Amino acid sequence: MRFEYQIEAGNFTNAGDASSGFKKILKQLNVDPQIIKRIVVSMYEGEVNIVAHSNGGKAICDVDTSRVLIQLVDIGPGIPDIEKAMQAGFSTASAKVREMGFGAGMGLQNIKNNSDILNIQSEVGVGTCVEIIVNLPQS
Amino acid sequence: MDSKHFHHALKISEEICIGCSHCMNVCPTEAIRVRNGKAILYENRCVDCGECFKACPVRAIFIDQDDFKRIQSFNYRIALVPAVFFGQFPEEISHSQIYNAILANGFTHIYEVETSVDLLANEVKAYVKSHPESKPLISSFCPAIIRLVQVKFPALTDNIILLKPPLDITALYCRKELTDQGINPAEIGVFYITPCAAKIAAIKSPVGEDYSMITGVINMDTLYNKVYKYIRNDRSTRQPEIPVRPLSRTAQQWTLTHGEANHIPGRSLAIDEIHNVIEFLEKIENDEIGDIDFLELRACDESCAGGVLLSANRFLVAERLRRYTPATDTTAAPEEGINRYKDYLLKRMKIHSINPRSMMKLDENMEEAMRKMDKSSQMLRCLPLTDCGACGSPNCQAFANDIALGEAEIRQCIFIQKNREQTGELSPDESLELLKGIWGSDKFFSNRK
Repeated sequence: MRFEYQIEAGNFTNAGDASSGFKKILKQLNVDPQIIKRIVVSMYEGEVNIVAHSNGGKAICDVDTSRVLIQLVDIGPGIPDIEKAMQAGFSTASAKVREMGFGAGMGLQNIKNNSDILNIQSEVGVGTCVEIIVNLPQS
Repeated sequence: MDSKHFHHALKISEEICIGCSHCMNVCPTEAIRVRNGKAILYENRCVDCGECFKACPVRAIFIDQDDFKRIQSFNYRIALVPAVFFGQFPEEISHSQIYNAILANGFTHIYEVETSVDLLANEVKAYVKSHPESKPLISSFCPAIIRLVQVKFPALTDNIILLKPPLDITALYCRKELTDQGINPAEIGVFYITPCAAKIAAIKSPVGEDYSMITGVINMDTLYNKVYKYIRNDRSTRQPEIPVRPLSRTAQQWTLTHGEANHIPGRSLAIDEIHNVIEFLEKIENDEIGDIDFLELRACDESCAGGVLLSANRFLVAERLRRYTPATDTTAAPEEGINRYKDYLLKRMKIHSINPRSMMKLDENMEEAMRKMDKSSQMLRCLPLTDCGACGSPNCQAFANDIALGEAEIRQCIFIQKNREQTGELSPDESLELLKGIWGSDKFFSNRK
């Protein structure tokens, strides 16, 4: 099943709505609560990244019984050095964004820690696609 | 993992219910539907918060309590009375008068529930400090909140502090104190004077404990009326003054909003009223809010002062309790009162883990759940999204899920009915019958009494 959520750039008031919406779906699908937590934490970080750094984007969530795949796609400045961006504490966030409690440079790390697979593709001046996969245990 | 059944103290009287749907519309967990002109409860979704009880215009929703006469089956009859009970009475009525009136109504002993708070407060502080991995820690004080977390925020069950609430500790204490005086435990009846439905439910089916130390539950309004009547008849002033040991500052305010949070070091938040709590827990669950140490969460507005079984206005009750609070905190000596049983109680303060009991799932099996979700989204696309509730479900989304779960049919939607009448798929008679099936036949003109 596929679900799509639009994410508006610069609107911190609504940052988290996509993750909350998808969380509700995962609960209805009886995904294990602890796995939902990992998925939602990862997705929320990605969502906030789009709000804070891009010119807007969307989250495309795909669920089957084996895994959850989330693609966070944005149009924006892109990430020049993905390896550097992955390092804990690295942040390009402006002072304004940091003041709001975002941009501590832990975002991508946090996604990595909570997901099974993390792929980042980015083109400077074009945009970024963060792909998150969380596997679901097979009964 | 999930326990199947909950005891519910909230009951709907089919006889009195007029099927008005007020309760359905206020239920924070969407646990109520209207069928055949009566409200029905999905028991596994109900958290006993009492919102429906407050909303019911005809008092068809009641809180099931023990028969007051039951106290007489015990030789030693303990009333476990919460501080908010005293906050209901006008200022000119003394604590001693209220004690006298409670005793005159058949109890032999009175223990104030918050007696154990000072012991507990220290344990909570230590617990918060020693469990940084489960932050933010959620207080186990309010039983409606524990149930809410179990059914709606299952991922947060690990955050609940596994310590008994004051009620259970004080129940242990009073039993111990009496049995140590040589009294046969079988002759002791411990009756809790409850301000809300959730406490009753927690006693009748304890979460995280094997059994409850409490024999029975008396609704606070029942005892309030008995006590107030006694005092109004001016009988209490003729009794000798009873020396009442005041609660400590901490204990006196523990059940009010901020009562716990004020004492927990670090970042502690106090949130009352169930919708506020839900809003906040949504954010906690997404990890949107980090770095909070402790959450005091209460289902009622103004916490226990706003309990549905209180007779006085919640703001006045809270104000009185604050006013009755001693200016300085006098801690009792180690050899006094509950402190004599400190070690005994500390050893028994833990509760077992609290399991998730998600009510959100459409099916146990994920594939089946996905099929149902598909069906639900298809249905939702046909619905008007007015959330009018005429179908007997609280909103269009809940109705779509009810259809997917086989508990409703799309023809119950009044907008669908109009469309189908227009196209001739449904006759006016069939349409009327459908509505009667939801709202009962006595609501329609031809059947009006």
